[in-house]
Amino acid sequence: MEPTAALLELSGIVKQFPGCLANDHVSLAVASGSIHALLGENGAGKSTLVKIIYGILRPDSGHVRWLGEEVEIASPRQARALGIGMVFQHFSLFESLTVAENIALGMDRPEERVGLGGRIVELSTQYGLTIDPARLVHELSVGERQRIEIVRCLLQKPKLLIMDEPTSVLTPQEATTLFTTLRRLALEGCAILYISHKLDEIRALCQSATIMRGGRVVGTCDPREKTSRELAELMVGSEIKSSVARTGGGDGKPRLVVDRLTLRSRQQFGTNLEHVTFSVASGEILGIAGIAGNGQAELMDALTGEVFAGKPENIIVDGIPAGHMDPIERRRLGVSFVPEERNGHGAVGAMSLFENAFLSGNVGQTLSRWGVILKRRTWDYTSNVIESFDVRTTGPGAEARALSGGNLQKFVVGREVVLGPGVLIVSQPTWGVDAGAVAAIHQSLLELAAGGAAVLVISQDLDEIFALCDQIAVIAAGRVSVPQPINAASIEAIGMLMGGVGRAA
Amino acid sequence: MGLGVQLKIVARGEKSRFWAYGSPVLAVLATLLVTGVIFAVLGRNPFVALFTFFVQPLLNDDGIPELLLKASPLITIAAGLVLCYRANIWNIGAEGQLTLGAIAGGGVGLAFPNAPAGILFPAMMIAGVASGALWAAIPAWLRTQFNANEILTSLMLTYVAQLFLLYLITGPWRDPQGLGFPQSAEFSDSATAPLLIVGTRLHIGVLFAVLAAVAVQLILTRTVLGFQLRVVGFAPRAARFAGFRENRLVWIAMLTSGGLAGLAGLFEVAGPVGQLTADISPGYGFTAIIVAFLGRLNPLGAILGGLLLALSFLGGDEAQIDLGLPNAVTGIFQGVLLFMLLGADLLVSYRVKLVRPAAVHP
Repeated sequence: MEPTAALLELSGIVKQFPGCLANDHVSLAVASGSIHALLGENGAGKSTLVKIIYGILRPDSGHVRWLGEEVEIASPRQARALGIGMVFQHFSLFESLTVAENIALGMDRPEERVGLGGRIVELSTQYGLTIDPARLVHELSVGERQRIEIVRCLLQKPKLLIMDEPTSVLTPQEATTLFTTLRRLALEGCAILYISHKLDEIRALCQSATIMRGGRVVGTCDPREKTSRELAELMVGSEIKSSVARTGGGDGKPRLVVDRLTLRSRQQFGTNLEHVTFSVASGEILGIAGIAGNGQAELMDALTGEVFAGKPENIIVDGIPAGHMDPIERRRLGVSFVPEERNGHGAVGAMSLFENAFLSGNVGQTLSRWGVILKRRTWDYTSNVIESFDVRTTGPGAEARALSGGNLQKFVVGREVVLGPGVLIVSQPTWGVDAGAVAAIHQSLLELAAGGAAVLVISQDLDEIFALCDQIAVIAAGRVSVPQPINAASIEAIGMLMGGVGRAA
Repeated sequence: MGLGVQLKIVARGEKSRFWAYGSPVLAVLATLLVTGVIFAVLGRNPFVALFTFFVQPLLNDDGIPELLLKASPLITIAAGLVLCYRANIWNIGAEGQLTLGAIAGGGVGLAFPNAPAGILFPAMMIAGVASGALWAAIPAWLRTQFNANEILTSLMLTYVAQLFLLYLITGPWRDPQGLGFPQSAEFSDSATAPLLIVGTRLHIGVLFAVLAAVAVQLILTRTVLGFQLRVVGFAPRAARFAGFRENRLVWIAMLTSGGLAGLAGLFEVAGPVGQLTADISPGYGFTAIIVAFLGRLNPLGAILGGLLLALSFLGGDEAQIDLGLPNAVTGIFQGVLLFMLLGADLLVSYRVKLVRPAAVHP
């Protein structure tokens, strides 16, 4: 075996979470002085892997080598002692304390605190990370807060710096400054493991890349030698099926119109929606592709009515302004929803299917009278959903959490389809679902559209969008591109849009 | 490593039905064991002491009626708390709402001592419910308006209510014939809760306690309102998805539980106490929290829990008289029980496994 130059080398890392194999025999090597990208969609297993490297999680099996020696990293403290620093996507800072106080609090040994203020100034000027140790954190911008976290790491003189989606919270200008700093660090011999799904960034910054999909490494490459399209294909899976030709069943009138919807995210690190505009006609299925975290959750919240749009006219259903309607009022207009998350959002795991059917069915089906639940009617409606969608379960009394993911998803989709909505909005209709259930769910959406409904599918699965939809648009950084006919869409253009390359509408 | 085996706590993945009901039983048994040890340390024969504490009270002539009398406020209040807690709304201030109910309900009785009972007593009940609800409306408003944590606000308002009562009975409402004691005049006959069994102190409040528990059970299992409360408790996001208005549910749950606590307060002063004094309640509002949890947040379970904790109040009296133990024994029993219950509830979601330490590295 020839000696390796790798600073950090992982091999055969396996990490199993209940119901999810987050890392499946993952191997990774990072050399000193290199900027190495870890590329993949959300849920690909990137975060799990870096948490293992930083000692937050322990792998079920596999080996970690540091400077050629096998190590077991049991805690972040131990990782720091080895020379591994990490800047998280979400900062852990006390807003009411100063920069220096925050940094001092994170130190493992008290003696490090001597002369801290001076060293912060020294480091920050050296690397162009302008920051005043005496400032209070709550006065600082997100970019400045990130600098605190970086300086905190640099004080430990790391040999490896892990950056978890660092630019997701930065302005383009701040990102440029950050890149300069990272290049400089690399020149001085520090390795950087850079996690992102932004293709442009990675091609500009990194010399090597490991690409993950579904918990596995699907490739390693030099991103500078690849096109954005090739990276996009590796990241999302390249086998894009051609769409099934089918005739629309509607009269082509727009049923759901979203018009210049602009919305600030409620989440600190969420994505703001900017001028989102599209419409879905009767008989049409529109797919919105995009990498997770680009505003899909915010768009879904605005469409369901969990969050109100700026103006009622931002969302129009069958000609009626609905932007300020709550979910129940929107359901009365004939809109149905399937949120991305089954557990705890679309369905209540601790409740029976009967109760979960009542959850959304009461509006369209009148399952209660005088505030009292009509058990017989609800039971029949639940049985109908179970039979129509071939949900494998013991009956309407079964707890939702006892069902497999695919069966519960069939139930949650079926519950809405049986209502015969005029507009159906679904997010990730087949996420984590077996092939049989995928086919059944797709079939039901196609039939619904054929019957004259407008269907909006928000999905990260391009295969799904190409298989189902008539039109495709891409959401990136809170903007939605102009929908185009699926037959005319090129995978290259879609992949570029998903990576944030090129301007969306 | 030296260690043969280790205890390890492992997540079950899904909740154990057996332990959902088994844990209160285990908690009660563990509490008996611990209190037995405490009795022994205090120099009493633990078996005699436990007998005195838990069995003796029931052997007295009026044992059962007294048990029901003490259980009534606990069950009434716990029924309301169950409604809140199932929706993750944490009303901890039932004691204050009870106090306000006693003040307002009792105040009506003091103001019109000669009104006919058929009018006066229902008016007192209404005043008790309304004022308890009003007191709970403050934390409800603070939560829905400012997102203030109702645990803190409702708890702190308890002390405000108790000091208000103290002010009234040492000031404007003090009985002129009371020899300067801090207490109001005694209630007239028509302002006193009608007795259920003549010759005992058991009054109609027990009927309202059972009614409250059954009503809450029906609300939770049969109505849209109860469904919405449970969904909010299980999965707030699912409640938003379905379009349930959380603020409305907070108001309903807080007002209902406050009203029931107020009713319990009215029945205490218009029943066994007979006047407004500084100690109208031995902490029923707080003990009812234990009752609610002991009953698995099920209103019918709360009836059983209420009976057990009522027994602890009676047993505490008995232990003072017969064994010369301090009254704090009741508090110790209740505290240990809550502690054990919280501990035993671990078994609902986790199992305890004996494991041999794994080899250091394969």
